[in-house]
Amino acid sequence: MRTSQTRLQVMWNRLLAVVEEQGQALVRAAFSPIVRECGDISAGIFDFHGRMVAQAVTGTPGHINTMAEAVKTLRTRFPIQDMKPGDIYMTNDPWIASGHLNDFLLMMPVFFDDKVVGFTSCTSHLVDLGGLGMGPEGSDIYDEGLLIPPCKLVDEGKVNNLLLEIVKANSREPIANEGDIYALIACCEAGAARLHQMMVEFGLKDLYELSDYVIETSRRGTIEAISELPSGTWRHVLKVDGYGAEIELHASLTIAKDHLLLDFSGTSGCSDKGINVPLNYAAAYSVFALRCIIGPDIPNNAGSLAPFQVTGPKGCILNAQPPAPVAMRHTLGQMTPDLVFGCLSQALPELVPAEGASCMYDLPLRNVPEAPDLGDKQFALELVFNGGTGARPTLDGLSATAFPSGVWGSQIETTESVAPVLFHRREFRPDSGGAGRFRGGLGQHIEISASSDQDFLVFLSVERILNPAKGRYGGQDGAAGRVRIGRSGEELPGKGELRVKAGETLVFETPGGGGYGAPQDRCRNALSWDIEAGLVSADAAKSSYGDTP
Amino acid sequence: MSNDSGLRLAIDIGGTFTDTVLIQGPSQILATTKTPTTPDQPAVGAIEGARSVLKEAGRDWSQINGMIHGTTLATNALIERRGARVATVTTEGFRDILEIGYERRYSQYAINLVKPDLLVPRTRALTIGGRVDAHGKELTQLDEGAVLRLVADLQRLNCKAVAICLMHSYANPAQELRLRALLTENVPDLVVSLSHEVSPEAREFDRLCTTVANAYIQPLMGKYLADFKARFAAEGLKCPILMMTAGGGMTTVETAARLPIRLVESGPAGGAILASQIAEEVDVRKVLSFDMGGTTAKLCLIDDFRPQTARKFEISRAERFIKGSGMPVRIPVIEMIEIGAGGGSIASLDRLNRLCVGPQSAGSDPGPAGFGKGGINPTVTDADISQGYIDPDRFAEGRLQVDRAASDRSVSAHIGSRLSMETDDAAFAISEIVDENMASAGRMHAVESGKDLSARLMIAFGGNGPLHATRVARRSQVRRILIPRDPGVGSAVGFLFAPVSFEIVRSFYTTIDSLDLFKLNSFFADLYDEAEEVVRAGAPDATLRTRRVAFMRYHGQGHEIEVELPNRTLTFDDLENLRSDFESEYIGQFKRIVPGMTIEVLNWGLTVSAPVPAPLKHTNMIEGQPVDAWETRDILCDISGVWCKAGVFERSALKPGDIVSGPALIVEPQTTTFVSADFTAQIDTVGNIWLTGTQEIRT
Repeated sequence: MRTSQTRLQVMWNRLLAVVEEQGQALVRAAFSPIVRECGDISAGIFDFHGRMVAQAVTGTPGHINTMAEAVKTLRTRFPIQDMKPGDIYMTNDPWIASGHLNDFLLMMPVFFDDKVVGFTSCTSHLVDLGGLGMGPEGSDIYDEGLLIPPCKLVDEGKVNNLLLEIVKANSREPIANEGDIYALIACCEAGAARLHQMMVEFGLKDLYELSDYVIETSRRGTIEAISELPSGTWRHVLKVDGYGAEIELHASLTIAKDHLLLDFSGTSGCSDKGINVPLNYAAAYSVFALRCIIGPDIPNNAGSLAPFQVTGPKGCILNAQPPAPVAMRHTLGQMTPDLVFGCLSQALPELVPAEGASCMYDLPLRNVPEAPDLGDKQFALELVFNGGTGARPTLDGLSATAFPSGVWGSQIETTESVAPVLFHRREFRPDSGGAGRFRGGLGQHIEISASSDQDFLVFLSVERILNPAKGRYGGQDGAAGRVRIGRSGEELPGKGELRVKAGETLVFETPGGGGYGAPQDRCRNALSWDIEAGLVSADAAKSSYGDTP
Repeated sequence: MSNDSGLRLAIDIGGTFTDTVLIQGPSQILATTKTPTTPDQPAVGAIEGARSVLKEAGRDWSQINGMIHGTTLATNALIERRGARVATVTTEGFRDILEIGYERRYSQYAINLVKPDLLVPRTRALTIGGRVDAHGKELTQLDEGAVLRLVADLQRLNCKAVAICLMHSYANPAQELRLRALLTENVPDLVVSLSHEVSPEAREFDRLCTTVANAYIQPLMGKYLADFKARFAAEGLKCPILMMTAGGGMTTVETAARLPIRLVESGPAGGAILASQIAEEVDVRKVLSFDMGGTTAKLCLIDDFRPQTARKFEISRAERFIKGSGMPVRIPVIEMIEIGAGGGSIASLDRLNRLCVGPQSAGSDPGPAGFGKGGINPTVTDADISQGYIDPDRFAEGRLQVDRAASDRSVSAHIGSRLSMETDDAAFAISEIVDENMASAGRMHAVESGKDLSARLMIAFGGNGPLHATRVARRSQVRRILIPRDPGVGSAVGFLFAPVSFEIVRSFYTTIDSLDLFKLNSFFADLYDEAEEVVRAGAPDATLRTRRVAFMRYHGQGHEIEVELPNRTLTFDDLENLRSDFESEYIGQFKRIVPGMTIEVLNWGLTVSAPVPAPLKHTNMIEGQPVDAWETRDILCDISGVWCKAGVFERSALKPGDIVSGPALIVEPQTTTFVSADFTAQIDTVGNIWLTGTQEIRT
């Protein structure tokens, strides 16, 4: 055919559009705030062999690769000859789906002329799966709630009601869970219908040629990008706060001609608390970091992901094994980009940013348990705040900006409308951005109290209280995060539960990003601008930048 | 205005051209013209256009009793950063609302991302003590003692305009009003925008952005509007001038000067209004308007003759078509999706050697390679020229001689030779990619709105809309297309069908279960008084219409659903309807409701409008005969990719009922309608072209 190359490309564009449509449909119908505010979902199309052909670009990198692997697992678990139109399979097994129980993954075979031609799949974060709830306090996976092994959720269009009832009976938010599961089903079905329609429109009988083209083109492009990199092995160790005991994350990155290998050997063992990370999730954030630097414009699919291999010894905290608790796996998962950048910056010093706040500073707030008895308002808020990102090789870091996650911060007016809290302050923290030729992004200073005479609870799982973001190439560290009750209160650890009494103020400061390059090399105009804007104090200008007025 | 025998004039000043339309009665177009925009003094070009249509129609200024004006000046001032030096004043403790925003990056993988410039740097971000809570209760009084310090700061910073956005001012504006009074007492010529007047919705970042944008263009637009009015009065115009707004209504020059942000993107709104008007004339309830020009294409969904509306859009995006990379503006707008796909969009290859089209555009200067004005990059128009769709001798009424060889060379050098493709195949590929981009964006937009594209009638206009309509429609599963008369000046024609109206959306949080009816009714009464005052100024004697809506959602969800409310004081019985109306709307979008889930309302809207004459519904088709072409041209068939003969027709020579089978080209002065081989065209009684798909959809 004379324009087959263009035709294939048009179909590729169409597949990408279909997965975006699928993803949007899911976000709109979802109930979990983390989905709404952060797009914490995933949607993709797979070929007959279970190879991912297209994936929606959604808010958080935690699903990159995890869904690709999960579908392969489900695809081999269930014989293809048993699949019927209208069937949908699912699981929330953290080691198969996406690292903790809240993420439900669905997979639906797509039929054309009575034959399976491919699959659609999607993942979404459900609000509550019972157990101790979303927090690091569980001592094993059984404490964390309901685990559903791979199973059939929908049988020829009929939802398995017993399964649905079990999910609802084991949740504090049964209505929202049911709504979310139906949203996932609708998402799979919409994707399958669109794929079918597209095949009719383009006169396709199967997806073999198309998926080969997409995967091979992407693989080739990625390998070309890798081949431009220096070969070798680079190692890095990142120290993080952990829960109760500090943790070392080790990585060695090998850049070969046609692939990259990242290995976590040497990393500390698992924690007693739910901050452990299954390998699929650690790999997701690590590969995200690598792809930010290497071929970021190539879409995610089996071809572009294949050259990235991630390994780690079983039982290390980045390859946690069942039954380790994993509910807050994102706390450390989000630190892995800094670990990866530590290796990569040795190979590509001109391209890699300094360390940033990285871990999002989420702030779940709840009423105290006795609130209903006291006649006080019951509420649950999932506020998200961020610190500063690391300075870039040619640009300052971004202040109060999410990286690596794509979460959205909260708005004060809407928060105060729905919950009895009052903010007194939310501003940049002057001098929190690590000094450097390029300055790290600034963290925030936030003060919150109850707006009435009722106490409230805070559940913390944040990083960089003890280990601030490091600067690079002479750049200084960013300010560490800080949590206190009252401005003169003692500094509290980053993990655990807090009770903020009525009349008290929670002071919550997010970390700054590290600087890049020596501070004395900072352009003096940029420094005076920072001083004028109040981002850098006159004292710090003197002590960190050697500024003599 | 309502005088049917009178003349009305519409002027749409765009970035490149100024479109002028003179109309008699409700819809009889007497004359239209396109004149080059005169950027330094836009009124000069506008007057030239007006003189030209009056001359053509043999009328004079005194006969005009209605004039509507839309302009991109406000938009361009924002994009080109030509506005005033603005300072912000926010509540103490919240100096960084603008820079903190939503704490997000608009592009996931872009390490070197630069955030959009939101016009006011931290050095000009000031604060003042005082606090109001979410219910409008004053917790701390405004720190009036600090006003003199603010005044000194404004003078030191040399700011002539200030945007004031205090916490929860939508619930209680007293502190903002007081602060304005105190500031203007000290600095009488200070231009002040108050957030509760510009955008009274909760979400401090969005409200502040909107207020900043308003303050930024207020001095410039105030001056422009006064000048525009004076020049037209000097010409002899006797009637008041009404301004087109982004929401698709008209408002007085005075309101426009106070809230110039409402004028942003008013041109494209005119196109959507035109499409809605035509939808009603031909009585089609589900429509997709498709407006493709030189730089962008705009799509709008129209249901039941009303264009889809939204409460938020983005201006001056750092990356033009990437969501989230711009400055959010929260005002009532006609919801449109804008794609970087126009005649001037440039084709290129990415690192995987994939063909990409746009969003970079050659614009009108240097323009497509085939225009011979120095453009070297292959554009969508070049691809159309290479495929034979555009007659080199008759483009733009023959005012521009197209150089087909130059188009061929450009397509071949930049695309064809690098992909080892023949020139015509490369041109074909460029079209395929750009048409797919537009169709995908349209489908995506429909999904985001919980709607479907297939089964819609596409109404296509703009310089390139009629040329690409069949190709985009096929990819969107759309089978019927209408090309209106004068499709090249669609927006300006649309202005003439817009009502004088004003819409306010204000936050007032409640769940349905805890709704205080007394409070809500008095809340709506206040909204009505405010909106009525604005509308009365433009339509003193009209019987006004009101529309009330609630923006509702299930607790936990982010997506709000618009539900229309009865147009009167609400009673307890209405509450149950409110719930069931929400649920049926929800089912329409999501297929099933969520029983037992709390329903909440954050925002309420009210629109007051003066009536417009009802469109004449006409039986649109009469029996007719296939007509033969005067001549044929060789074109590359967009389905088979093989050269074939297409009939060429003059639109002005086609009569009602005439049938034209594809492949064919229907030519008129400002554009060409391409009838693909799988479409048939027929002319209706008022001269619209209807294109109908004749085959099973197959791309």
